[in-house]
Amino acid sequence: MTKKTIASRILQIIIVLFGIGFLTFGLTYLAPGDPVKAMYAANGNVPSEEVMEAMREKMGLNNPFPVQYFNWLFSCLHGDLGTSYSLNKPVVTVLLQRLWPTLELTLFSMFLMLAVSVPFGVLSAVKRNKAADYIIRAFSFVGVSLPSFWLGVMLIYIVALKFKLLPVISSDTGFKKMILPAVTLAFSMTAKYTRQIRAAVLEELHQDYVVGARTRGLKESTVLFGHVLPNVLLPLVTLLGLSFGSLLGGTAVVEIIFSYPGLGNLAVSAVAARDYPLIQGYVLWVALIYMVINLIVDIAYEKLDPRTKVR
Amino acid sequence: MRDIQKILAFCKNHKQFTVFCILALVVIGAAVFAPVIANHNPYEAVIAKAEQPPDANHWFGTDKLGRDLFSRVIYGTRTSLTSALLLVVITLFAGSALGIFAGYFGGVTDSVIMRISDVMISFPGLVLAIAIAGILGPSLLNAVIAIVAVSWTKYARLARSLVLRIKHKDYMLAAVLTGSKTGYILRNYICKMTMPILIVTAATDMGTMMLEIAALSFLGFGAQPPVPEWGMMLSEGRAYLQTAPWMMFFPGLAVFIVVAVFNLLGDSLRDILDPLSD
Repeated sequence: MTKKTIASRILQIIIVLFGIGFLTFGLTYLAPGDPVKAMYAANGNVPSEEVMEAMREKMGLNNPFPVQYFNWLFSCLHGDLGTSYSLNKPVVTVLLQRLWPTLELTLFSMFLMLAVSVPFGVLSAVKRNKAADYIIRAFSFVGVSLPSFWLGVMLIYIVALKFKLLPVISSDTGFKKMILPAVTLAFSMTAKYTRQIRAAVLEELHQDYVVGARTRGLKESTVLFGHVLPNVLLPLVTLLGLSFGSLLGGTAVVEIIFSYPGLGNLAVSAVAARDYPLIQGYVLWVALIYMVINLIVDIAYEKLDPRTKVR
Repeated sequence: MRDIQKILAFCKNHKQFTVFCILALVVIGAAVFAPVIANHNPYEAVIAKAEQPPDANHWFGTDKLGRDLFSRVIYGTRTSLTSALLLVVITLFAGSALGIFAGYFGGVTDSVIMRISDVMISFPGLVLAIAIAGILGPSLLNAVIAIVAVSWTKYARLARSLVLRIKHKDYMLAAVLTGSKTGYILRNYICKMTMPILIVTAATDMGTMMLEIAALSFLGFGAQPPVPEWGMMLSEGRAYLQTAPWMMFFPGLAVFIVVAVFNLLGDSLRDILDPLSD
């Protein structure tokens, strides 16, 4: 990628962030429910109408929409996403606290996913229409239709309650807390990727260069691992970046099931408490992380693909 | 008579599709005939019979309020199918309409619609759906709106690319030259050419849409009690996992089976219409 395209991508990220910001701010502005009431209710008291009115005035909630929006935008640009109503802490601090556990979980489940789907996908393609292929395809089909929230709870029931192998709740620290949530997250993705890799390997096996390599008398394993696999895995890098986004969203469900202290869990409780600054902050952050990672992935792709250097 | 023979011949040639079609009809039948199949009232709470394991009377056991779980799962089919169907139909029409407008008119319309779609696509869908559903307030309809808001872009892109493919064909130019009105062209040429592909895409999306609605309901942003909805039943049963695992097991199994049936149906439908893709 040239410097120019990278710059235009960064510009695009900024535009999208403005769009997302406007969207979430507009939505919270239009939303039913009174944030001042919700804020006091979260702290457990119900003050008189005058006190609440004074608070609304102080928070600028009585200003017209454009004024509120530009005030919000102005402080956003200074890195201040406001104060969480329900937790009474700056949104940025809260988000930073919860960011790492979610990233850790996402990366670990991606690792699990690749560790299973690459060998399975290749095996399934090589043994096409044999027993192994049918078993793997059945498994990947189950994975696509299985609701993650159900799988998660069933895993808790079987692994944690029946056999007591792992902790039920993942709020304590340590590596063990991540295993069940990561397996749950990885499951449906593994199924999708196994299918993708199978289809890609099958397609590559029909290419002329494979026939050429075989007629040159190369071993089948050399053809597969030296020639086919690099061609299959390279486009996968882009897909991985895109999956990262659905993972960030999917963690919400899984984090709730396992009481995992991550961003998704935080977002769901923020929504339940009508904690608007926190919701806005969360949406903006996830958007930013997702887009930056996809930019990095695209740059990495060009570095990995030798064909782009020739041009 | 000949029609029946034709259908039978089609079924014989596409056995896989026929089997999944019958399974889907069974699921739809369960929803339509829910009052006949269910052996209890799904809303009737008998506290004395709370958390009973499955037996001859309560096939799937009872929940925390003593409601019959089998009847609730059967009635849940109605909730799931209607909301998924509503979701798919709205997404299909909103997305296709915007995509067709963008593709056909081009220019400013195209840029505005496609830039909005870019914003939506460069963003994890469920995150925004959670935010929208939460902000609008929890209800099944709002969950549907939230998912529509994040999934229309896929149809808009597809419809736009289809329109661009046929826009400059000779018969389109002929239609314009002979003075056909824009509305007539959109209805009789563009819609007729694009809709089959878009509808097949929508059919294959049914299963995914069901899963997303169930996920939002599970988080508490979809169906509200006492409506029998599988995702919500799962979240109700979660607290009783240790003492009453059947409260989780059966609604989850129902989601899995129904989603699997619709995914398989979608896959085989695509195989029939597009035999080249494997």
